[in-house]
Amino acid sequence: MYLVVEQLLNGLQFGLLLFLLAAGLTLVFGIMDFVNLAHGSLYMMGAYFAATFVAWTGSFVLGALLALGATLLLGIALEYVALRHLYGRDHLDQVLATFGLILFFNDAVRLIWGPAGLALPLPAWLTVPVQIIPGVYYPAYRLMIIVVALAVAAMLYLVVMRTRVGMLIRAGASNREMIGALGINIKLLFTLVFGLGAALAGLAGLMQAPILTVQIGMGENILILAFVIIVIGGIGSIRGAFMAALFVGIIDTMGRAFLPDLLRKVLSGAAASTAAPALSSMLIYLLMAIILVLRPEGLFPAAKR
Amino acid sequence: MKPKLNASNVVAALMCAALILLPVYSAATGNIFILTLFTRITIFALAAASLNLIMGYGGMMSFGHAAYLGIGGYAVGILAAEGIGSGFIQWPVALVVSALFALLIGSLSLRTRGVYFIMITLAFAQMAYYVASALSRYGGDDGLTVYKRSDFAGLINLSDRTQFYYLCLGCLFGGLYLIWRIVNSRFGLVVQGVRSNEQRMQAIGFHANRYRLVCFVIAGTICGLAGALLANNTDFVSPAVMYWTRSGDLMVMVILGGMGSLFGPVIGAIVYLLLEELLSQFTEFSGLILGPVLLLIVLFARGGIMGLLGRMRRG
Repeated sequence: MYLVVEQLLNGLQFGLLLFLLAAGLTLVFGIMDFVNLAHGSLYMMGAYFAATFVAWTGSFVLGALLALGATLLLGIALEYVALRHLYGRDHLDQVLATFGLILFFNDAVRLIWGPAGLALPLPAWLTVPVQIIPGVYYPAYRLMIIVVALAVAAMLYLVVMRTRVGMLIRAGASNREMIGALGINIKLLFTLVFGLGAALAGLAGLMQAPILTVQIGMGENILILAFVIIVIGGIGSIRGAFMAALFVGIIDTMGRAFLPDLLRKVLSGAAASTAAPALSSMLIYLLMAIILVLRPEGLFPAAKR
Repeated sequence: MKPKLNASNVVAALMCAALILLPVYSAATGNIFILTLFTRITIFALAAASLNLIMGYGGMMSFGHAAYLGIGGYAVGILAAEGIGSGFIQWPVALVVSALFALLIGSLSLRTRGVYFIMITLAFAQMAYYVASALSRYGGDDGLTVYKRSDFAGLINLSDRTQFYYLCLGCLFGGLYLIWRIVNSRFGLVVQGVRSNEQRMQAIGFHANRYRLVCFVIAGTICGLAGALLANNTDFVSPAVMYWTRSGDLMVMVILGGMGSLFGPVIGAIVYLLLEELLSQFTEFSGLILGPVLLLIVLFARGGIMGLLGRMRRG
């Protein structure tokens, strides 16, 4: 029972992290109609920036804030220099260009930080386990990820649903040309949205960094998961991305934790130990395939254009 | 149909001639490396050409095409590991399994369109990747070594560099000829019609998805052949060959060379793999140059290299 609670929390934490990544992706996708494979690179850069700045300042919080700012600036610069010329192009052109950016960022990181991974040590106050319900302890750092990600999600909701900028973002998602015609500086809005997405990806990367090692290519696997989420949730829908991210995070974590035991009850030991890892890695993709076959537009399709 | 004398056709003809004469050059100069490099290039060119059939002519943006490379490769590798060394069994199995896989994922994926199609093909390829990683009997994550290349009963010796090169080149030319015939057939015209306007084709009575699916299966089968060749070339097959970045590489080759042109993917494969090879000799950090080059090509050279050549003719 305690194990289930712990794994549920792990799933929630992973899901919220995925949401941070998917939110930026779905905004950029929904508003600019832009497929950004380099989103995973921004996630990786967030982690590398954090490892560097934390070592440099000696403070985890300060380093994280600096890394967040750096990813934001990097995202804006990237949009300004290259990506804004690709809006309105074919999705394939965008895939090719941002695939090139992945190659660039991976080797740039190898040049600057070297091929070996970095570690991002946690400060002492975040390593202690916290008692959440009597008898169940949970790492403080993972708890912090949950709290921060929930706060960011709430803030994102407020910004998108309750502010003027958010109104413009939503208007942009339903009809780009129209808000341009209404005199809104659409270029600035796009740059802003892209920067916001980059910062969210960076935040996800730097928060995940202490749990996994900071390494080249760390963004590639998780990028695909983020794409899976926005496709399941319905492209352009933040609410859909949130639901789908939690769904994917929890199913993935629970599958990895409990599927092997479940299979062992049904199959023979050898067959189960072969099938379990494959099945739990595949679970998410299987889920997505089923959802797309049944609902080709995702679970929460954004309003039609 | 008489081929026109224009820049694209001249380049394509020169390229074919160069590919055919390459072993002569290699033997004359003793440069074995170039022969092995181009063996790899022709294999990837075949894979890219098959992707071009669905992407360029059929408008189906598959982001999971590398799955067939792995399936074809594993068919050869697993049969070899189980003691069945005959290519007359291995290769047909590779083709049939690839075709069945394409039929399965095609019939599910083709219910979706656009970005959703890109993502669902990717999902299926990732599933194949994880299945291969779990095959602990056949190496799992570490991959499977193919100790003996496919045996064609003395007809052709795959361990001989030159013979193997010509086999790969023959498969490439055969594949291109097949694609050319398909594209110019009634079937191919319907597929291209569906790409430009699905509703109109439906309205005049064509069952669009059925044509799409057949095209998808043909492309998957051709790529399965490339997979069988690749496993023989590297004497090794591993899940990494199916990873999504590999599918990305194939897409890059097609777009780089020029989508929807017969020889575009071949040129794309040559340029991309040569560039990768050359850069890796100069610097460890080839991506620093290759990445921005891709970006610049997208920004300034729409339609890929074939597109550039096409514009040259018009001046």
